[in-house]
Amino acid sequence: MTDAAVAAPNPTESAGAVDRSFALPGLRGTGSVGHVSAIVIAVAVLLGVVGPWITPHAPNDVDLSRAYLAASGDHYLGFDSQGRDLLSRLLAGARTTMLGPSVVVLLGMTFGTVLAVASAWRGGRFDTIVSAVLNALFAFPAIVLAILVSVIIQPGLPAATIALSIAYTPYIARVLRSAALRERSRDYIAALEVQGLGAVRICVRHLVRNLVPLIVAQATILFGYAMVDLAAISFIGLGVQPPQADWGVMVGTGQSGVLQGYPLESLASALCIIVVVVAVNLLGERLTDRANEANR
Amino acid sequence: MTTDPLLVVDGLRVHLPVGGESRRVLDDVSFSIGAGEALALVGESGSGKSMTARAIARILPPGAVVTGSIRFDGTDVAALSRSALRAWRSDVAVVFQDARAHTNPVRSIGDFMTEALVTNAGVPAKQARERAVRLLDDVGIADGERRLRQYPHELSGGLLQRVMIATALLTEPKLLLADEPTTALDVTTQADVVGILDELRRERNMALLFITHDLELAGAMCDRTAVMYAGQLVEERSSSVLHDDPLHPYSAGLVAARPRIDAVAARLAAIPGRPRSAYEAPPGCAFTDRCVHAEPDCELTRPSLAMLDGGLVRCHRAQELRGRLSSLEVGP
Repeated sequence: MTDAAVAAPNPTESAGAVDRSFALPGLRGTGSVGHVSAIVIAVAVLLGVVGPWITPHAPNDVDLSRAYLAASGDHYLGFDSQGRDLLSRLLAGARTTMLGPSVVVLLGMTFGTVLAVASAWRGGRFDTIVSAVLNALFAFPAIVLAILVSVIIQPGLPAATIALSIAYTPYIARVLRSAALRERSRDYIAALEVQGLGAVRICVRHLVRNLVPLIVAQATILFGYAMVDLAAISFIGLGVQPPQADWGVMVGTGQSGVLQGYPLESLASALCIIVVVVAVNLLGERLTDRANEANR
Repeated sequence: MTTDPLLVVDGLRVHLPVGGESRRVLDDVSFSIGAGEALALVGESGSGKSMTARAIARILPPGAVVTGSIRFDGTDVAALSRSALRAWRSDVAVVFQDARAHTNPVRSIGDFMTEALVTNAGVPAKQARERAVRLLDDVGIADGERRLRQYPHELSGGLLQRVMIATALLTEPKLLLADEPTTALDVTTQADVVGILDELRRERNMALLFITHDLELAGAMCDRTAVMYAGQLVEERSSSVLHDDPLHPYSAGLVAARPRIDAVAARLAAIPGRPRSAYEAPPGCAFTDRCVHAEPDCELTRPSLAMLDGGLVRCHRAQELRGRLSSLEVGP
């Protein structure tokens, strides 16, 4: 064997030979379920961005004379209890519904990753204290924490997202800490230390970089949970405030309609939530499996 | 050694926490290496060779308790502050056994080689890459530019180990710790890598602590050889005489256990029993339970490292056994 002759096979070529099925670059190994889920999520994200701009009618245009009118002409889903165009409200609501969980994921993942990596790196007493605080946080259900934060600052999307970010941090930190510990004991970290690189630099550029597959998987699953919890918080009136359109709020405002025999508002908004959450969870599961396999 | 030694290790003891209890892995290790000098550290697996290197490089696992002193160029390594430690690390470089495990798979070779140079020494990235290419050339890798863009998984083990050596030399260290740099390689590649390491070391007048379990290699690479057993230094001698005239029964056993190219043997000689770790070594001489020359007195007190015939030996009976430890009569 000569050193120079050993060239790694082209990764794209070998992947094509082993697995002939179509796979998007970031989704390799997640199968058709992963791909369909990714497409659903992409559509949801797209609606979150452009939804409020493509509403066929003004989403907050109240006209009580049209309350609960069925679909007709260019009102494809009919009207809600206030006579507002339902499709327009669903489209407009996509933005807050998608934005809330995104912020929760961003904040929660940041807190969780920083805590996990710091305590895995420092170890000792710091690790013990962080673990104790996180264990205490486990005891607070997300919704209870949200009520608490809403009382401190006024109820609304900001309060709900902050509360959920805090509530989710321990879950993220626990998973990532054990992964970071495993990574910390790898030899390449010692090799970097011996070269005199600083701890922060090693953590950010090398250790966290190797946790990315797991972080992405965690973030995806977390997004689903955050969406359901935020919808629940909005449903009980502590999240997004009416008349702002939001799928969680709409499940709540549609409640009276359910009793009067017009369940469409609650059903349609709930269905939207379910479709996105199921897609997110399925993809998250596939990504986790892939990350775990790669780690073995 | 006529000049002031570059590295002085004195009474080094290391305890590691294992499953809640503290286990001794190094016991009273003392040696010194002068500038430009090479010392080989040989011994069986688990004898504490790597731990010694790790203690010097300050990369022991978390929770390790270190006593004794490690002085480098007159400064106490254990007392270095975080920032002083980082600066010190450009003076001491390590080449590890398993190059693949010691590189981050998701960063390129160029990144691996130049990161420390750019961030710590403040060398501009372009210049650092040029230096890296030059050093790759020195270790026999011609197309350095291309290699810098590759990732560890694209290189063979031998190639990657050369990259490790080049990386270690980039900061122009005064001391190189080589922890079995060739054990993970196949034999022909081993010879290449060792040759390169030896040549570059002599060119640059670098001090070397060369860890191996290959006695021949130790003799070829290093002026002096230190033998470790159960976390202790049991013998230190000039490499040229250790082969033919070992002072310690354990060294004699190691020498006898080597296959010889000039003699036919039905069986290779072996040292009875199994290697002991420092924490399970008997209280007296650590080698008593495996030593064919052991006497009841050997179990009572731990011998200290004493001068004998220009070497150092840790054996109660070294004086009496002088001349009787020829490799042929070892073994029951």
